[in-house]
Amino acid sequence: MKAAIIVFPGSNCDRDVRVALAAAMARAGAKNEPIMVWHKEADFPKVDLIVLPGGFSYGDYLRCGAMAAHSPAMHEVARRARAGVPVLGICNGFQILTEAGLLPGVLMRNASLKFVCRVVRLRVEARQGPFTHGYAAGQVVRVPVAHHDGNYFAGDEEMERLEERGQIAFRYCDAAGDLTSAANPNGSARNVAGVFNEAKTVLGLMPHPERLADPALGGADGRPMFDGLVEALS
Amino acid sequence: MSGALANERLAAEHGLSAEEYGRVLEIMGRAPNLLELGIFSVMWSEHCSYKSSKAWLKTLPTEAPWVIHGPGENAGVIDIGEGLVAVFKMESHNHPSYIEPYQGAATGVGGILRDVFTMGARPIANLNALRFGAPAHPKTRHLLAVVVAGIGGYGNCVGVHTVGGELNFDPGYDGNILVNAMTVGLAPADRIFTSQASGVGNPVVYVGSKTGRDGIHGATMASAEFGEGAEEKRPTVQVGDPFTEKLLIEACLELMATDAIVAIQDMGAAGLTSSSFEMASKGGLGVELDLDRVPCREDGMSPYEMMLSESQERMLLVLAPGREDMARAVFEKWDLDFAIIGRLTETGRMVLRLRGETVGDLPIDPLAEAAPEYRRPYEVPPPPAEVLAATVPAPEDTGASLARLLGGPHLCSRRWVWEQYDHMVMADTAARPGGDAAVVRIHGSDRGLAMTADCTPRYCAAAPHAGGARAVAEAWRNLTATGARPLAITDNLNFGNPERPEIMGQFVGCVEGIGAACRALDFPVVSGNVSLYNETEGRAIPPTPTIGAVGLIDDLARAATIAFKAAGQEIVLIGETRGHLGASLYLREIAARTLDGDGGGAPPPVDLVAERRNGDFVRGLIATGQVDTCHDLSDGGLGVALAEMALAGGVGARIEPPEDETPLHAWLFGEDQARYLICATAAGPILEAARAADVPAARIGATGGATLTLPGGRPISLGDLRAVHEAWLPRYVGEARGNNPGEAHGNNED
Repeated sequence: MKAAIIVFPGSNCDRDVRVALAAAMARAGAKNEPIMVWHKEADFPKVDLIVLPGGFSYGDYLRCGAMAAHSPAMHEVARRARAGVPVLGICNGFQILTEAGLLPGVLMRNASLKFVCRVVRLRVEARQGPFTHGYAAGQVVRVPVAHHDGNYFAGDEEMERLEERGQIAFRYCDAAGDLTSAANPNGSARNVAGVFNEAKTVLGLMPHPERLADPALGGADGRPMFDGLVEALS
Repeated sequence: MSGALANERLAAEHGLSAEEYGRVLEIMGRAPNLLELGIFSVMWSEHCSYKSSKAWLKTLPTEAPWVIHGPGENAGVIDIGEGLVAVFKMESHNHPSYIEPYQGAATGVGGILRDVFTMGARPIANLNALRFGAPAHPKTRHLLAVVVAGIGGYGNCVGVHTVGGELNFDPGYDGNILVNAMTVGLAPADRIFTSQASGVGNPVVYVGSKTGRDGIHGATMASAEFGEGAEEKRPTVQVGDPFTEKLLIEACLELMATDAIVAIQDMGAAGLTSSSFEMASKGGLGVELDLDRVPCREDGMSPYEMMLSESQERMLLVLAPGREDMARAVFEKWDLDFAIIGRLTETGRMVLRLRGETVGDLPIDPLAEAAPEYRRPYEVPPPPAEVLAATVPAPEDTGASLARLLGGPHLCSRRWVWEQYDHMVMADTAARPGGDAAVVRIHGSDRGLAMTADCTPRYCAAAPHAGGARAVAEAWRNLTATGARPLAITDNLNFGNPERPEIMGQFVGCVEGIGAACRALDFPVVSGNVSLYNETEGRAIPPTPTIGAVGLIDDLARAATIAFKAAGQEIVLIGETRGHLGASLYLREIAARTLDGDGGGAPPPVDLVAERRNGDFVRGLIATGQVDTCHDLSDGGLGVALAEMALAGGVGARIEPPEDETPLHAWLFGEDQARYLICATAAGPILEAARAADVPAARIGATGGATLTLPGGRPISLGDLRAVHEAWLPRYVGEARGNNPGEAHGNNED
């Protein structure tokens, strides 16, 4: 598998996701590592996976992800995404994907109005496409969130469409897998933590699977996402 | 020379005494103009010159075989082996944070980050120590919420995790909160950068943000007391932009990988003035600056404003000849300003030009050397009396007292604070907030750095020498409890007006205590910061020498955490328990005795020999894999430490009464020093080893169940204890209790 990670000014999880992805590639016996693509480069090599990392691209000025969505690399990412190249957006990457129109809905300020960094539980809603390939449908996993603007919102009709088409990838849940409001860290509609595009080739999620992909850090539930991607795309 | 000339009245307005102004005239050989006076004023401010504290700081131990750079650089540097160094420092941003809490706290984080990456290190962790007034004070709630938001707003955006710290409330901070921020960084041992300029003719380069009119005379403001109308000083507070800081970190580290940089200095307090002065002074050179080339936010800024602005996210570099284009390309890639604003000279003078005219001309060395230094008179307070446990009322139910302590402002969970900080970015957080010390993995290895920030101001107020020593000892214990080898400290000394002998007495006592502990524990001071004049209307803060400390864990697989891991483990108390209730939280919160004046009695004595012996013993148990559960005892004593271990692990315990005659409440809540709690499958071998090492140790109970049972108390369910422990802060700030209250903290959440 060949993967590219787009680095925007203000990205700060680019190294973290590179480490997690490179470890998954190494486990699968790959000799290559993900390449890092500076946001000013529109012309980067052909890859099997594009990752938009977390962080504060452009300092979150104007609106989270709004300016990054218009950078030269993103025009190219959008073109390739429409051609079916898998794109994963984590946290700020998810915000960029909604701003770029590659995913439905918006990410509003957290209901608490505060930044929240906490390990939460997610229910894997569907094992569909390369992104949730490493999990079982209905599985409950522990993954951290760290954001100020992760409150997912889409209109009722849009939400119904997402549900019908199986575009909801992850939801915040409690230990039993129940979708309680106490388990929802940011007020997201219907506890949505991550959504697919209709073709399941683009995933955006607020939680950071790359931060708990190593048992030494207190959990490795994020690891199957990367292992699954490598397996599905190699 | 241009511009209006200064006089004694203007000098006084700039915070210079008549005597100091006399010295200015002597050095200049003429009356300075306003710009020059402004430069003297900031360079000789308490904040920049350490004029009241320098004589005492010189008494602190600063050397050890692993110390590479001690105090005097932007941050301390210690060798941690395998070709790496740790770079760290703690600094206060107290005055600005009281006046404008969001920006004050945010730029405190920005400033300390720059001190660390200026030296070539990538920042890998932030910590902070925060002190607010009484919870009932009308300003406290707002200041707490906004300071925490400011710290998070800056640290989260730059992508450096905030992993630890402490939070206190005390009416002594009602009019002067303290915001102390610490950064730890990592660098290759062969690529450490300093501010020592060299090479006559080399270009002096300005990079980062543009210069604006913010923060002018911030250093002078921070060197005076507050009176009525402190809020009017708001324009002296800087405004931060963490996005630019992030770009500046990446651009500087990118350029530092080349051979372009000769010297580098961040523009912190006193901005362009102190950075250029410092670089030239350390190199024994002069510097000429062309102020027309300084990137400015607005037109028409005067030389005075440019030189004294404390606009954030700016750096000054001296480049090697011929490297200008390469350096410019790096900063332009990151969309940062880059301007060659001057060059180094051999004159030993700072010459400032604007539109071809000389607007300032000062000698560098005489100004630095003649900086005033005072040996201010001081009074040592008489030692307070011991408090006998028998004179302190015992509670009806020790469990109820424990719940009250854990559910109050001083010992409640700090989760509400640290969940607003990104404490996991960089994906190397091996021990998250909530333990004795944070542990951050050294990227790409199995080693880790443990780090902590500690001080107990109520001890320092009661007995400065013991309080200072104890702050160091507690930091050393917190590192030890994770299994780390404590290496060095940074001290952030916050006090009132040093011109008052009783305040100077607190300062001297604390510094002497710090020095004694550092020597006894082989724990040198490698960097620090002094913040004086923390007074409002003549009322000083409690003496607060915050100690930031760093230690090394050789193998993260052999690190300990505070959480009880399983049922059926035996709990062993290490260290001697005499039941010392003087200046304790129990005395103040449960027995409702005031600690003001000498009402609280003597704080627990610090026996540095016992500290070292007990700590070395515990560290040995962890390093050899015999113990993976350890907690140091501090505020609230044994009872509180047990509860924290039980809550962290979600495993209860039953504790047996002591074998000797110590009154139960003193045994459970006394704050005797040099103590730890550890767990083991069998206590026997540990007790035997302790006897052999001459370390007091006793089995006090065993883990298990879902309740904590203390002698003299009814069993308390962990669920109830957790509920009161988690409730106080969210309720105080007016929010419903946080989500997921059922989760234990630390890394063992399930």
